[in-house]
Amino acid sequence: MTIDIKAATRSFLAQTEEHLVSYLEACVHCGQCADACLFYRTSGDPRHTPAYKLFPLARAYRQQKWPLNWFACKITEGDLLEWEDLIFDTCTMCGRCTEVCPMGIDIASIVGQARKAWADAGLGPRDLMAAAENSRDHGSPLGLTQEKLVDRVEWLADDDEVDMPLDKPGAEVMLTVSSIEAMKYPKSLSAMAKILNHAGVNWTFSTHGYESTNFGFLAGRSDIAATMLGRIVDAAEQAGVKTVVIPECGHAYGVMRWSGANILGRPLPFEVLHITEYIARLKREGKLKLKPYADPFTYHDPCQVSRRGGAAADARYILDGFATGFKEMTPTAELNWCCGGGGGVQAMERAADLRHKAFKIKIDQVEATGTGRLVSACANCRLTMDESKTYWNWGGALESLVEIVADHLEDV
Amino acid sequence: MSLLDFARGPAITVALAVFCLGVLWRLISLLGLPRAKDRSMRRAGASSDFANAIGGFVRHLWVPKGIGLTSRFAMINGYVFHLGLAVIVFGFAQHILFLRGLFGVGWPGLPTSIITLAGVVTLASLIAALVRRATNPVLKLISTFNDYFSWLVTTLPVLTGLLAVAHLGGPYETLLALHILSVAALLIWFPFGKLMHAVLVFVTRAETGISYGRRGVKI
Repeated sequence: MTIDIKAATRSFLAQTEEHLVSYLEACVHCGQCADACLFYRTSGDPRHTPAYKLFPLARAYRQQKWPLNWFACKITEGDLLEWEDLIFDTCTMCGRCTEVCPMGIDIASIVGQARKAWADAGLGPRDLMAAAENSRDHGSPLGLTQEKLVDRVEWLADDDEVDMPLDKPGAEVMLTVSSIEAMKYPKSLSAMAKILNHAGVNWTFSTHGYESTNFGFLAGRSDIAATMLGRIVDAAEQAGVKTVVIPECGHAYGVMRWSGANILGRPLPFEVLHITEYIARLKREGKLKLKPYADPFTYHDPCQVSRRGGAAADARYILDGFATGFKEMTPTAELNWCCGGGGGVQAMERAADLRHKAFKIKIDQVEATGTGRLVSACANCRLTMDESKTYWNWGGALESLVEIVADHLEDV
Repeated sequence: MSLLDFARGPAITVALAVFCLGVLWRLISLLGLPRAKDRSMRRAGASSDFANAIGGFVRHLWVPKGIGLTSRFAMINGYVFHLGLAVIVFGFAQHILFLRGLFGVGWPGLPTSIITLAGVVTLASLIAALVRRATNPVLKLISTFNDYFSWLVTTLPVLTGLLAVAHLGGPYETLLALHILSVAALLIWFPFGKLMHAVLVFVTRAETGISYGRRGVKI
């Protein structure tokens, strides 16, 4: 394998935007971020300290900036190899470290940028890179081709007796899918359809832009990130929809809602809402009639929806007055712990052992609530938690917020 | 020219010039970098950028409740030596005289006994910070020359200042000269090392406050 150190350095140095450089220059090496990180808390390995993950980028930056370069050493192939697992396997870009950083450094965004350099050098976990390339070549990381989407949707519509329009002309809302849902939790798709139909929304799926997970972004492959975004944006523009709804997937929401316009270099001509934001809106507009739900459960915040997305309150608004058995875990909302599988870590086989171990934090959070049932609004979290649940042989239940809502719609 | 004359004269003058020009250069070269426009649609009802910048600064003054274990000791100790340094620099009568010479404004000083106490506490706090840095496995790994050297040039003025006030370890004039020279070292190092965080903290906290604030996140 050849490692293109020059490409990596070029990629590092291309990212000299003001905020990024300020972050790199400001770290005081206080180490407070370590305890905020689920991987450090699990492993106790000082290498997993979030601040340490910034070292290669900071080094690359210093070696070209006068007068800091008087004291700088060069970035090497060895550095790239040594830091690869820190930039990919042990960072879910959950952003929890930023909460405790006395300088307020957004480490997650720097890791996201740093991944580009590894990808440019020809490095990065093979399975994550393959997931990105599959997305580009086959429409989805998990083999959800156009044909398969049509198959799935027709099967679900038939099985669950729910209208699931595909490429419907004149729709106002375009619903996207996460292939994790489509392939592993397909009922999530029909659940979304039931809710939108119940509220009388004029919506559609599109066969031209459906996959909202963006493994190009997670793998540091900017080209694939733009391709994946472009498919949805083009489909939405052609259909003339006002709103694009992202399903239960945290990173899909983060990429489309907060990075999409920046990656494509133009404002998106439609609004982007996470499914929990959209359901909350329907409830606010009085279009959602729910039967009471009393089972005890607690809610896991997907990091990209709550801490890095700003939509923590919407999930609570949906549950308010409807789910009487809902009990918050501690810490919660923006301070919640990550599931361990965000940032593409879910797709990295070699990262599985540590992320399973890290899930103990979540188990303890749930156990402390006494509810025994963990509900989330992210299929990636759900899959991660499902696998880690098996690893720990944990008896708790896992469910999806959207499916619970769909199961408790009043007949209209 | 005596050592004291050198310290009071060319040394501190050059140090002040390096400090001012250095900080200015670091800031200009930083803030002059390209800044990508955020094209994402602001969350409806998000606070203004100004309010978010202030919020970002204030919220990072303390670790939020509920985040879980972090080192309370490190946080409190950090405040102790930062506030201690501020009391010494801006509260000691001789320092105020020096600052008045520079800026033309002065204010009443604190009693020397209080300054001495602040000096001792600050020194102890700085030593505790160093011991933690040198022994905690996380800090050991992430510490570089910059961290230790910055510690040194921060601690030396406190130590030499205390010695000069107490007339300990040598003739007063020599102690005072060493004290001023140690301050000169601090000023010269400031723009090149991590002491710049004293300026950058306003930039980074505000930027994080702004970028998350527009998403509707209070981080």
